[in-house]
Amino acid sequence: MTQTKTTSHITKSDLAYDPGLNRNIFNNILTFTTAIFSFVSVLPLILVLSYVLIKGGSQINLSLITQLPEPPGDDLVSAGGIGNAILGTFIVTTIASIIAIPMGVGGGIYLAEYSNGGWFSRFIRFGTNVLSGVPSIIAGVCVYGVIVSTKIIFGANFSGIAGGIALSILMLPTVIKTTDEGLKLVSDDLRKGALGVGASKFITISRITLPTAFTPIATGIVLAIARAAGETAPLIFTALFSFYWPSGSQALFNPIASLSVLIYNFALEPYEAQNQLAWAASFVLVMLILLTNLFSRWLRNFTSINKS
Amino acid sequence: MTSGAEISYKQRRRPLTERLLDTGFKNLSVAMASMVAIILFGILIVVFWGSIESMGRYGLKFLITSDWNPVTDNYGAFTAIYGTIISSISSLIIAVPLGVGTAIFITENIIPEKISNLIGMMVELLAAIPSVVLGLWAIFVMEPFLRPFLTFLYKTLNWIPFLSTEPVGPAMAPAIIILVVMILPIITAISRDSLNQVPIQLREAAYGIGATRWSTILHVIVPAAISGIAGGVLLALGRAMGETMAVTMIIGNSNNFNWSILAPGNTIAAMLANQFGEADGSQVSSLMYAAFILMILTLGVNIFAQWMVRKLSLKY
Amino acid sequence: MKGSSQTKQSDREITISLQNVTISYGNSEAVRNIYCDIPRGKVTALIGPSGCGKSTILRSLNRMNDLIQGCSLTGRVLFEGADIYDPKVDPVEVRRRIGMVFQQPNPFPKSIYENIAFGARINGYTGNLDELVETSLKKAAVWDECKDKLNESGCSLSGGQQQRLCIARTIAIQPDVILMDEPCSALDPISTLKIEETMHELKKNFTIIIVTHNMQQALRVSDMTAFYNAEKLETGSGGKVGYLVEFNKTDKIFNSPTQKATQDYISGKFG
Repeated sequence: MTQTKTTSHITKSDLAYDPGLNRNIFNNILTFTTAIFSFVSVLPLILVLSYVLIKGGSQINLSLITQLPEPPGDDLVSAGGIGNAILGTFIVTTIASIIAIPMGVGGGIYLAEYSNGGWFSRFIRFGTNVLSGVPSIIAGVCVYGVIVSTKIIFGANFSGIAGGIALSILMLPTVIKTTDEGLKLVSDDLRKGALGVGASKFITISRITLPTAFTPIATGIVLAIARAAGETAPLIFTALFSFYWPSGSQALFNPIASLSVLIYNFALEPYEAQNQLAWAASFVLVMLILLTNLFSRWLRNFTSINKS
Repeated sequence: MTSGAEISYKQRRRPLTERLLDTGFKNLSVAMASMVAIILFGILIVVFWGSIESMGRYGLKFLITSDWNPVTDNYGAFTAIYGTIISSISSLIIAVPLGVGTAIFITENIIPEKISNLIGMMVELLAAIPSVVLGLWAIFVMEPFLRPFLTFLYKTLNWIPFLSTEPVGPAMAPAIIILVVMILPIITAISRDSLNQVPIQLREAAYGIGATRWSTILHVIVPAAISGIAGGVLLALGRAMGETMAVTMIIGNSNNFNWSILAPGNTIAAMLANQFGEADGSQVSSLMYAAFILMILTLGVNIFAQWMVRKLSLKY
Repeated sequence: MKGSSQTKQSDREITISLQNVTISYGNSEAVRNIYCDIPRGKVTALIGPSGCGKSTILRSLNRMNDLIQGCSLTGRVLFEGADIYDPKVDPVEVRRRIGMVFQQPNPFPKSIYENIAFGARINGYTGNLDELVETSLKKAAVWDECKDKLNESGCSLSGGQQQRLCIARTIAIQPDVILMDEPCSALDPISTLKIEETMHELKKNFTIIIVTHNMQQALRVSDMTAFYNAEKLETGSGGKVGYLVEFNKTDKIFNSPTQKATQDYISGKFG
């Protein structure tokens, strides 16, 4: 303390807050600094969101979300719509989910319910963390090398399937971690109780532990899907892009449009109309992702309140 | 006494189907888990396989030459490697104080809980914004806005090699700023979790001997949470190195080496995104070689991050 | 049966027989060289100081120890003459005949009705489920508290009611033996009393084996008592290994024990 008193008497003024003290000045400066930092940290979200809302939201109308985009050119008044890109994003994300969710939930079940802490499960946990750190562009490069350039899937070159596979590589670690952590939250007493009445491991998992952990697992999976829907890097040379509707039986085996690749391609075009369309697509994509995020937050809070 | 029970319990002896289901399900889950390992090794093998030709031709010279010329078919990745390292380190230098400061601000009872939760949620939502949207914003909003400041920097400090070119558009500097935006949520979220996990007793002990808020934070709480924070910073570094879309859109994609961060540059990830689709012949192999280097860099950082979190986390 | 001698029970009366059983966690032994024949249709209590391995023994009887990593067993555990640790034996089959009630009440996060019906269904029950739920809850003496809210969550009951629900759940699968691992340790005295009354009813139909740290409870509910003790391992690592000191009729154990350790324990000198 800076003020030392020789007497044991404590007067009112001794306990009063003195803003001039070195320690109080120091405290206030640091608090102020972190307040500024926090402001700077939330600023990008506010700025990005407001630009997307203003520049993209103002263009939204029915024809925009139902029509096809026009190929680039400077004579265009409008660059058309983003209908096929919205549909394409849904298709590619669905393919990725169909691959990654069963695989990830299965892997998570293995880690949480069957693994015994041996080298294999430790390696898989480690591998899951490492896989989640692999840059997304490398997932794209690999799928290009393995699937697109070899035309291994029914001779398809760039295709929605290839894009979905690339996205599923990114989703997989998240789904595994979510399932693993969700199942670990389930009390061991429940597992013992089920086994104690003669349930097999499969019945214990499918009827007791998985239903109990449903909410956290579902929340995590919804977030993983939202994340995948916004990914671009794995798609630019797997799913590529298309100016047409996906149609017919070959729809999944041909190049397919997606919102994120549309934004990337059209943002780099020199034409104003294309740039505008990129903003409109951003608005739709951001809204989809933010709504999914807020929904999963609400789901988590809603159920946690109900449980307690 | 079992006879009565046996009548009503037909499956007291488990039928074969149930048994098969039980073992089948277990084997299925093992197979699913193994996919992680298969995919991971698959990625490594594919990238390595693709880069063998270029590795044989250039060897380690690839790392230190900056000539990248598809016309003469001569490749060296120094420009991209330099760009990857300088952009990720610089963005980290800016993002760490911002992220950790924000995390402290929202965990240490400085402001009402509602506001700190709101700030926390906004930072988390920032992480949900797709990279390509941030890139779009960077091209059309951020870069034009920043250019006068960067021009001012150039005019006053152009004797420094890092600021020695006139800013004219997409360049390394705006790419660094957009990387800051992208890794800020990771650093903030992980720091926040680590700070929240510091036992309340430590806090009370410090306050109990008359420490002020900030001496408690700086001398007790942050040191106790340092393992998590450091792990988060390393994860952010890995993410910054591999981040592709926003960087590709704003960095300028120049194959020519330049020290200045005000000039267009390149990163490995940006180079892949930009050239891989149209490359053929030995350029593909050289790009794969670059991808292999990026893979090694991010793997190294991520493994080190995991090791560090485990090593330091037993402290308290 | 009447003709069998007091000291040695005939094979027909024995339901579970432990023969030179040693259980280890990793490399350290938890209990060593247990021989014990548990009679059918009686309540057998396992008592002893903490760390003597009585819960470990109990869990070994329906292979719940399989869940614990690195736990291994040597010797033989015979159930109705069959070794339940034979490699060909399916532990799930064992647990359908030897049910278990745990220390912490652990109802499933389902309705009260479903808590009972779950076990019955997976065991392939073909009778009337409603009837089974009612009789099971009645046998476990919790029917009156539950009958109006069978569709409410099992977790909405009080601790003692939850534990009796767990007992009802075990009764419903009609096991031959019910294992109870300190079933009252998490409960208040009144709930404890109710559960003890339930046990008196149950022993008409089931063999019950109960682990308890409460000697009064052992005295109140059990016909037979096994006293376990623990000794320091020779290796000097500070670890302890449990062994069976004495196994006899409960009144013999409490009134005229043959071993000094038993005498000391029940008179409260240690443990």
